[in-house]
Amino acid sequence: MLNGAEVRAAYESLERWHKSMPDDLRSLKQSEAENLFKRVGITFAVYGEGGDPERLIPFDMFPRVFTNSEWRKLDRGIRQRAAALNAFLADVYDRGEIIKAGRIPEHLITKNAAFEKAAIGFRPPRNIYSHIVGIDLVRTGADQFFVLEDNCRTPSGVSYMLQNREVMMRMFPQLFVENRIAPVDGYARLLKKTLASVAPLKCDSEPTVVILTPGQFNSAYYEHSYLADLMGVELVEGQDLFVEGDFVWMKTTEGPKKVDVIYRRLDDDFIDPLCFRPDSMLGVPGLMSVYRSGGVNICSCPGAGVADDKAIYTYVPEMIRFYLGEAPILENVPTWQCAKNDDYKYVLEHLSELVVKEVHGSGGYGMLVGPASDKSTIELFRQKIIENPGNYIAQPTLSLSACPTFVDAGIAPRHVDLRPYCLVGETIELVPGGLTRVAMTEGSLVVNSSQGGGVKDTWVLAE
Amino acid sequence: MRLNVKHVTRYSFDTPARGLVQTHKLIPSTCGSQNILSWTVTTGDAIRGAAFRDSAGDMVETISVRGPVDELVIEVIGEVETVDLFGVLRNYRETVPPTTYLRRTRMIRPDTALRELSAAALEGLDGDSALNRAHALARAVNEAIEYVPGATEEMTTAAEALAGGKGVCQDHTHALIAVAHAADIPARYVAGYLHSGEDAMGEASHAWAELYVQGLGWVGFDASNRCCPDERYIRLCSGYDAQDAAPIRGIMNAGVKEHLDVSVAVMSQYQQ
Repeated sequence: MLNGAEVRAAYESLERWHKSMPDDLRSLKQSEAENLFKRVGITFAVYGEGGDPERLIPFDMFPRVFTNSEWRKLDRGIRQRAAALNAFLADVYDRGEIIKAGRIPEHLITKNAAFEKAAIGFRPPRNIYSHIVGIDLVRTGADQFFVLEDNCRTPSGVSYMLQNREVMMRMFPQLFVENRIAPVDGYARLLKKTLASVAPLKCDSEPTVVILTPGQFNSAYYEHSYLADLMGVELVEGQDLFVEGDFVWMKTTEGPKKVDVIYRRLDDDFIDPLCFRPDSMLGVPGLMSVYRSGGVNICSCPGAGVADDKAIYTYVPEMIRFYLGEAPILENVPTWQCAKNDDYKYVLEHLSELVVKEVHGSGGYGMLVGPASDKSTIELFRQKIIENPGNYIAQPTLSLSACPTFVDAGIAPRHVDLRPYCLVGETIELVPGGLTRVAMTEGSLVVNSSQGGGVKDTWVLAE
Repeated sequence: MRLNVKHVTRYSFDTPARGLVQTHKLIPSTCGSQNILSWTVTTGDAIRGAAFRDSAGDMVETISVRGPVDELVIEVIGEVETVDLFGVLRNYRETVPPTTYLRRTRMIRPDTALRELSAAALEGLDGDSALNRAHALARAVNEAIEYVPGATEEMTTAAEALAGGKGVCQDHTHALIAVAHAADIPARYVAGYLHSGEDAMGEASHAWAELYVQGLGWVGFDASNRCCPDERYIRLCSGYDAQDAAPIRGIMNAGVKEHLDVSVAVMSQYQQ
């Protein structure tokens, strides 16, 4: 628990709240919460981590609290980062000034699997590539936050942010009377506004926005349908759309309807079998031609992933200085790149102290947590790094902040991270809060749901 | 040389397709070695649209046909004035950074044998010019894979073609891209037409590789014919591999049996 009068007051009220809650009421509320989650069908793994899609993610009822002044700094830092990442994408798909200036090595971009040849030399509407930027943060001190990674493609988990709040408000309405908590339910309206604001120039009326899902077998299908419902837009699969002439059309009972903005929740590789993977049955044949000729917008734009690669991550502070001429507000975790000779040597000598990650990995898989690993695991990783140094980066283990969390014995500190969702369109929007993930095991630093992590409501106190 | 092209592609379906969509790269761009005098693409009553010039300089157009459709005929007729620039691609507008063409796809991924072929071809040539090194790679591929039609298929990879030792222009091109990549030289697949006469390998519809040669830029190498493209060649479009560079890419409803009939004729004015 952190200092500051506001947060102390909030946590005091939460202290009274949990102390006055008898054990049987607590377990009753816990099962009530689980039933609410089950009933709405929210069972998918966060952030596309795989695992059992029907498994319920543990929900911790103890909210995480940010003061208004803490949030103001995060808010500025997140917006700054989202703006710089978009400026970077607009640059690398155009003139590549940052490469010419020698600030980022060319091969990290052009040889990157997420760099799309098909996106070069084309300006998407408003020159924005990543419209929903998920930035994963951890806190290490009262006023110190580190960015763990950026997610510029289609970050998931926002439905948890919304549902966690809804469930808390239903179960503990009194808490929301006693505390002035900034609302998050404006997210869907802002998302729709953001998507509509990046309709292509050829769209001369109210833009038609759709969400393109891989289908009901996708682990995040619930989120896709939930967001479509909240925004009042159609949820479609590839087979519901077709290309004819200069536009993309949606099949409806009243005949074809032109689609202007596609919020796609499937990877670049799958969106158009005539441009990318020919065996994809999930996409829309010809979509890229319509996109490139300005008949439709795709959010995020194909190729946006080149900005959130773990090897590119190291250069985000440089992007902020280069494009915005500002000092980075949020810090990066110091990162050693095994592709660099000096870093490679350092990493091999300090494996037992470091966290080693695959450049393209996600979800806590293919990761070494040095201090928590035995010798044989470390040696296995050493071999992997020696075989393919370019595939690995390493970071120090941070002393993550912990938040009060319900455990069997009552309340105990558990490590948490935070993913806010920043929306980039005509304006940059950010709802106060985000998704807090919590490592439910004592001492664990891994918050991924595939590794037993849970979620909790995230409060930003109003002024 | 003035070349005339007639390229007819006829798709016919046993049971009518419910509709089809294709993306075409069927219009060559002007560059130093070729001036397009006239060029028309007709696609029956298909609906055309969404045309644009992509970052590699190719004109791309998507067509769709509402079903039921039992036949689609795509006819390309054109006339091109060519000159011999020894394979060098000049005065060509594109924006893709050359190093992007170090990307490895399934078709061109170098295996051990391809890496060894690359290393053997370049042995002792460290101090040699980039152009000579590229020629050495093209020669090595020509010697390692004999030109034999029918020995490989559309989806045969460079590694498989080298292992079998036989192939056609697509296989030579994939293998040349792979050995170039193994030596960290950007390389790409070019689809085009060849006025073959009697002694050249390959049909009128042809493929070759372009390697990025320091100091010269992109240079074409036809490993099948052990030469660089000259005035007999028309450059149509490019990509990472045959699939990415395909002049016609299509999708149709599953279960429809498709018959494909392609005829290409390239004639010089003297023959007409």
